[in-house]
Amino acid sequence: MSGHEFAEEQPANWEFTPENAARVDEIIARYPPGRQASAVIPLLDLAQRQNDNWLPLKAVETVAERLDMPPIRVLEVATFYTMFNLKPVGRYYLQACTTTPCWLRGSDQVMRCIRDRLGIGNHGSTGDGMFSLLEVECLGACVNAPILQVNDDYYEDLDYESTGELLDALRRGEPPPPGSMAGRNLSESSAGATTLTSLRPASPGREGG
Amino acid sequence: MPKLKVDGVEVEVPAGATVLQACEAAGKEIPRFCYHERLSIAGNCRMCLVEVSPGPPKPQASCALPAMDNQEIRTDSDMVRQARHGVMEFLLINHPLDCPICDQGGECDLQDQAMGYGHHSSRYAENKRAVEDKDMGPLIKTVMTRCIHCTRCVRFSTEVAGVSDLGALGRGETMEITTYLEKALASELSGNVIDLCPVGALTSGPYAFVSRPWELTRTETVDVMDAVGSSIRVDTRGSDVLRVLPRTHEEVNEEWISDKTRFACDGLKRQRLDRPYLRREGRLVPVDWQEAFDAIAERLGGLAGERIAAVVGDQCDVESMFALKQLMTALGSPHLECRQDGARLDPSARAGYLFNTTIAGIESADAILLAGTNPRREAPVLNARIRKRWLAGGLEIGLVGEHHDLSYPYRHLGDTPDVLSRILEGEHAFAEVLRRAGSPMLVLGMAALAREDGAAVHALGRSIAEAFGMVRGEWNGFNVLHTAASRVGALDLGFVPTAGGRDLAGIIEGVADGSLDLLWLLGADEIAGDLPGDTFVVYQGHHGDRGAHRADVILPGAAYTEKDGLYVNTEGRVQAGVQAAFPPGQAREDWRIIRALSERLGRRLEYDSLGDLRRALVAAHPVFAALDRPQPAEWRPFGTGGPVDALPFGAAIANFYMTDPISRCSAVMAECTEVFGMGEAA
Repeated sequence: MSGHEFAEEQPANWEFTPENAARVDEIIARYPPGRQASAVIPLLDLAQRQNDNWLPLKAVETVAERLDMPPIRVLEVATFYTMFNLKPVGRYYLQACTTTPCWLRGSDQVMRCIRDRLGIGNHGSTGDGMFSLLEVECLGACVNAPILQVNDDYYEDLDYESTGELLDALRRGEPPPPGSMAGRNLSESSAGATTLTSLRPASPGREGG
Repeated sequence: MPKLKVDGVEVEVPAGATVLQACEAAGKEIPRFCYHERLSIAGNCRMCLVEVSPGPPKPQASCALPAMDNQEIRTDSDMVRQARHGVMEFLLINHPLDCPICDQGGECDLQDQAMGYGHHSSRYAENKRAVEDKDMGPLIKTVMTRCIHCTRCVRFSTEVAGVSDLGALGRGETMEITTYLEKALASELSGNVIDLCPVGALTSGPYAFVSRPWELTRTETVDVMDAVGSSIRVDTRGSDVLRVLPRTHEEVNEEWISDKTRFACDGLKRQRLDRPYLRREGRLVPVDWQEAFDAIAERLGGLAGERIAAVVGDQCDVESMFALKQLMTALGSPHLECRQDGARLDPSARAGYLFNTTIAGIESADAILLAGTNPRREAPVLNARIRKRWLAGGLEIGLVGEHHDLSYPYRHLGDTPDVLSRILEGEHAFAEVLRRAGSPMLVLGMAALAREDGAAVHALGRSIAEAFGMVRGEWNGFNVLHTAASRVGALDLGFVPTAGGRDLAGIIEGVADGSLDLLWLLGADEIAGDLPGDTFVVYQGHHGDRGAHRADVILPGAAYTEKDGLYVNTEGRVQAGVQAAFPPGQAREDWRIIRALSERLGRRLEYDSLGDLRRALVAAHPVFAALDRPQPAEWRPFGTGGPVDALPFGAAIANFYMTDPISRCSAVMAECTEVFGMGEAA
């Protein structure tokens, strides 16, 4: 799959919202004068968040203009990183990690469940615009593998059943709290804490079992 | 100055040199695809791997590794050989093995290096990737599946051409080189990416499937499409000029040429004058040389010198202008003119019409004031040198004239000559910039000089040069940027009105009111459209362009690729053009035509060969003896002081792609005019 196929339907115009425009100024101010091109990734990210998780070409041009960069330079960045979507994606953008630790812990089951429930594979989207799937490399949460990232949230310790429950809940519009779907507290041992049990602070997460 | 050993040979290289350069200094050839001396270092092809100690026990990319004291480099060890074999195998994984149908075949870096480092067969059995071709305009043909992602083209367009149109989208296996939304590459230097491309991904559009390199005869000569005089190589097959490529000349064009230089050569085959013509009853009919000469002799019979005039065009060689001047002098005519655009330049002070700083000298400047010039259109290669200087930092540029994208930022100071007056008076902010500068430059373009007050602007330029210390010691910062390849040579010859002679306006007036009976146009097409009246016009040239349409007698001459001739570029550099092909049909080298006619007229010129002519030329004008060595010109007063008009400076060249008879007859240049929207401005 080519990393730079653009959406066929592109908006005629695209601008940052007033709130985001203020945010743009703030981001650019972080970098020394004349080095504003450094802000290209944060700005593309902001634009993508404003635009339902994908970047139209007009948004690329807006960022280019804002940073005084040639549009091709911004497009190079936008096409280099798989985190930038150049086509519309579903309301729930699923990024399934299939790198070794997740794979060893059953990421194949997660992928199979997604295919069974949603009928989509890698790079696929459901016709109702609810889900899109991208297979990604390590999400950096291997301790709770396998991981499925839904928009900005990590759902961990998945298997075939819990993935199914998660997708059903998402479809109902009732996303469960992010984190381990097997009831693990943060990244503690799945058998519960084994050391420092007496010093246990109040947990910001769910109670472990 | 680091000292290091390359394969046991000790070399010393300048500080900042890379290991690759050190290896070259030691006489070792390092294979490379992405590395190019004139571009930034990318280090992405990995072909230049060498073994370095001290260092990690693995091969390293020599192009991106600084040379250090006491390094020991191996370029011929087993590790190096194996590493390069590996790199080549990976490069060839996705490169199609389509050399038989590839235009780069026979002059392809990948092909050549695969001979040295390739495996005898491929171990790759999977599907190769395929990439859609990109539309980069009429000049560059793309076969992007062949691209090996060296990014030379991206770096060239960004760094040298200053047009950030090209980029590499995607990553890894999906990486593709393209322009933003597939626009044509909008640069006057775009053709150079074809030379830079080490494979057949970017090839010449007009030359596609025309010839193989081993079928071509190569002739090293100079270009006449602008006044830079770029060094070129003309490739011919039989008498057809098939393509024009740059040659390296560090002091002139480095290794770049403009798209007009490169691609206008198809105009050499169209609308050629291949036999003499004579106007009979309003129509031009083909005749033989004798009849044409007879007609001229008849018209000249008993004509007083002051009823004859001659104008030379923009692409004439020095020898033919010299011969014509001698013939005109013999006929008693004082009306000689070379300034077809009406530039108010006079030949009395050579420093007044040269690009004295020299093109290489631009790199020493720290402030440049451009007046009435758009160097990007008038001399793209020279403009690239200004951009190179600007990239190095610490250069301030101001422009008085039409505002255009010059590929580097500058201060637009205004567009009327009075801005120059204010700078001279010190009332303008840019005066301070010039005063502070150690090596300031002034560049006067033809748009500043080819106007009513041109002589006053010329004098104003001299005053600015003197007031701001632009002329001191070795440094001469006063420059005139010419647009015509023949102009400096013609001024050196003194092809201007002699005592009592008419200038351009006078000649046109004389044609209109009938006080001139015969006008000789030697390749002078730019003025021919404005010639009313029934003055007898002799047109000597190579194309059926404007001059031929107005002519009563046409004498078919030779184009720049078809004759040996001297040309003097805007720096005053005398360069020798070399014949690459024969003139078509009965056309002849221009000096021979003039020499033959002089005999018919009974005023025989005293030379029978080009050698004799050149000896006579150098005897009369010693300046032509110094081939390829621009001589510093003595600083003397020039220009005529006076008030300047409020009229803004215009454009010397409206359409870069069509400026002369050759490019006007070129279908490629016509297409460029259309694609790049130059036609509207014309």
